[in-house]
Amino acid sequence: MAVKIAVASGKGGTGKTTVATNLAAVAAGAGRPVHLCDCDVEEPNAHLFVRPEFDERRDVTVALPVVDVGLCEHCGACAEICAFNAIAPMPERTVIFEDLCHACGGCRLVCPNGAISDGSKRIGRLETGAARGFRFTHGRLDIGQVRVPPLIEAVQALEKPGEFVIRDAPPGVTCPTVAALRGADFALLVTEPTPFGLHDLAAAVELVRALALPCGVVVNRDGAGDDRVARYCADEGIQLLPGIPFSRDVARAVSRGELIVDVLPEMREIFVSLLDAVTERLDHPDTVREVRT
Amino acid sequence: MKVIVSARNNDLDGEVDPRFGRGVCFLLIDLESDDYETIDNSSGAGATQGAGVLAAQKVAATGAKAVLTGHCGPKAYNLLDEAGITVYTGIEGTVREAVARFRAGELESAGNADVDSHW
Repeated sequence: MAVKIAVASGKGGTGKTTVATNLAAVAAGAGRPVHLCDCDVEEPNAHLFVRPEFDERRDVTVALPVVDVGLCEHCGACAEICAFNAIAPMPERTVIFEDLCHACGGCRLVCPNGAISDGSKRIGRLETGAARGFRFTHGRLDIGQVRVPPLIEAVQALEKPGEFVIRDAPPGVTCPTVAALRGADFALLVTEPTPFGLHDLAAAVELVRALALPCGVVVNRDGAGDDRVARYCADEGIQLLPGIPFSRDVARAVSRGELIVDVLPEMREIFVSLLDAVTERLDHPDTVREVRT
Repeated sequence: MKVIVSARNNDLDGEVDPRFGRGVCFLLIDLESDDYETIDNSSGAGATQGAGVLAAQKVAATGAKAVLTGHCGPKAYNLLDEAGITVYTGIEGTVREAVARFRAGELESAGNADVDSHW
């Protein structure tokens, strides 16, 4: 069965990559055809933990408008359609602001003179290869680029039918996170038991509900704060999945770039039960009450 | 000659708006007749991005030859420059005072954007 799990969180630094990489290792060890996709293309870091050997690298581009000054009559139709104010017809020439353009192609479609064609602009790079028993893909956004979703979609385009896909999503609840969640079967929301953790978790829950995605919560650094996240999940009918205890050993392993399931047997047990809980949930989606607002 | 001043409201004795792209409105002042008209900038002021780009197109369409404002970012500056409009930044006080100083030749053109994008 093909599965796509997105590991997300409202707050940054909660442990998404720790959960995604360790879950990938445990799932691969259990014989699943794992494909770990680091969709945090602005700051990919999963490769530091799984140390892949890339066998394919390619540029990812988007279509940016190019104006033929000989054909342009400065009618302004392009500026009128552009929701991002990225194109401005001036008396002598039509100016395009690359950093504002979302590459939607609207200006090309409405130009009555056919003066606009698609140019190509590199936004980043895609790297894919093998890592310790599973496939690994990530995107790296070029410095200064702001068009994040097209690169995330390019990473996802390498997901294959039949794979057990684990996506490491970017933090927050904005367009890049939405892009990383789109098409997933399940959102694994990682948080910490603090006021900030809860605040941003609630935002993430709102997002996955808007996307009609089932979700479960993993509490990282469990024991460091209080039980407010657990109480919230109970109130909202959200499944609390096995969490990661607050531990100096975990922090040490992560700081060394190690997978905690490799060096801490008790962590391997937790991730095995996390994998079981998630696959159980995917196999029987109706076993947990979902509260929809 | 006509000049544009970014303004807080539709009043020559009102304050110059320090923002060009997201300024409340523009006063288009005819230096020969002293007449002026108000140009709404609600589309620019409320734009999610490219406020300066919108405002600069609007200003270019008025035929003004100079812009007096507080601050102007690089995108708006480039478009205004492209349209042959001279930009003066760092302007404070009322619109009337700004125009008087311009008339008296006391202002020095900016020559460049004075702030970054999204300032």
